[in-house]
Amino acid sequence: MELIVQNVGHAYGAVSALDGIDFTVHEGEILALIGPSGCGKSTLLGIMGGILQPTQGRVLMRGPIPAGSLNPFTYVFQDFALLPWRSVEGNVALALEHHGLPASESARRIEEALTRMGLSEFRAAFPKQLSGGMRQRVGIARALVANPAVLLMDEPLSALDAQTRELLMEDFLSLWLRQRLTVVYVTHNLAEALRLADRIVVLSRRPGRVREIVSVPLPQADRAAPEAQATLAKLHEELWGLIKTEAQIAEREMLAGEAADA
Amino acid sequence: MLEAPRDTPAEPAFSEGGARVVPFRGGGFVAARWRGASLGFFAAALLIWEAAVRADVVSRLFLPAPTDIAAALWNLATSGLLWQHVGLSLVRIAAGWTLGTLAGLAAGLAIGIWSLARAVGLPFVSALFPIPKIALLPLLILWLGIGEAAKIATIALGVFFPTAIAAYSGVDAVPRNLIRMAQSFGLCARDVISKVVLPGALPSILAGFRVTASIALILLVSAEMIGAEFGIGAFILAAGNMMRTDQLMAGVTLLSVLGLLIGTVLSRLERRLLRWR
Repeated sequence: MELIVQNVGHAYGAVSALDGIDFTVHEGEILALIGPSGCGKSTLLGIMGGILQPTQGRVLMRGPIPAGSLNPFTYVFQDFALLPWRSVEGNVALALEHHGLPASESARRIEEALTRMGLSEFRAAFPKQLSGGMRQRVGIARALVANPAVLLMDEPLSALDAQTRELLMEDFLSLWLRQRLTVVYVTHNLAEALRLADRIVVLSRRPGRVREIVSVPLPQADRAAPEAQATLAKLHEELWGLIKTEAQIAEREMLAGEAADA
Repeated sequence: MLEAPRDTPAEPAFSEGGARVVPFRGGGFVAARWRGASLGFFAAALLIWEAAVRADVVSRLFLPAPTDIAAALWNLATSGLLWQHVGLSLVRIAAGWTLGTLAGLAAGLAIGIWSLARAVGLPFVSALFPIPKIALLPLLILWLGIGEAAKIATIALGVFFPTAIAAYSGVDAVPRNLIRMAQSFGLCARDVISKVVLPGALPSILAGFRVTASIALILLVSAEMIGAEFGIGAFILAAGNMMRTDQLMAGVTLLSVLGLLIGTVLSRLERRLLRWR
């Protein structure tokens, strides 16, 4: 399914967070949204999946919703958003319970999602007992079990340490290479965007506007290869060039804002 | 319980090519288990008490010995009076606590979930919460008569307000991101409440039970002292009037046991329901 963002803007009161955003997410691609902190990336993701109301513009979907998709627009959250009183299995089941599936079908889907994310042996554990990486695996399993048309990931690896992040990213990528989901991936990490995305939408600082859309001209499967590194490094530099000044200004803006509040 | 650090002896003036060991300054301030210490202290206190009474250091009339209290309890139990007093007290506290809890949960959850209920209910609850509910007993007796209803209503009122407050603050404490998550998976409002809001509010509600259990016990005794023939409170008051301090202390012991029992039940409940914490 295609997701078309048309002239989307959002304001919190008098403060404009996003302004005149236009782009299209293509079927089966990973689109990364990057930009300095406070540029409205997460707000935009919320609007794209229909959990935030834009104050301007609209988001359209084109193409059929895949058969068997229980929740076409499904999120993976930065803070995992797991129910602490439910086991791993119970958290994954949350995505299915209200759809009235036959018990055997639910069990099969849950089993499959747990296996795919390497969670089978942790099914009875509570979130509190798991490491951050395992918790986010539960978050991803919960999303996959709903068989989404578009997967909306809001800085899914930001709360994890660098090594866990690397492991989870590789696992997610191999998952995606087998089943090409349409993914919108919000991150502030350029390396993550360059490893995963087909295209990268660079947003400006507040109010967020599209500064540039950068295509990564290498298939994801080849990006770990040594030959790819020169291209990726050049792109990294290019992206950093687009963001750096904005990030510097954004950083000062936030500090000034905090000082004014104090 | 914290264990204060013991002063460690100064490091020996050990030297290896002019190098010395970095002095250790950590340690201590960790919880330590003293198995048996609490029981030993309790037993010692009882022994000293018993000895002091027997040696006539304190007058039996003002402070009966533990064995006197035990004898009074035994007499009460064998005469059948104990069950009459305890039974009535239990019925009153159970009825009052249950009524107050049910009403308090209904009001508190409504205030937490529904903004109109909050606008209407919150000022009401905040305004009436500080009133010591025992002060309302005379009014409740006028309304409901001198019988059980007034006592049960006093306990229920005392339990209602803290329960309502615990319930709505529990709802308020449910992280917004979990509610947003549930909505993003297409759960309807009723499912969001039953699967996210209520389980999320449970710890606060259970903590409220602890508070209301002790309030209910206080109100029970007070109400029974003001107007009752039977019940632990009435028994204690009557014993005091007749200078029967052994019976008086037997009644106090019963209350202490009742309080401990309620506390144990609540701890079990918390451990069962909040296993995930």
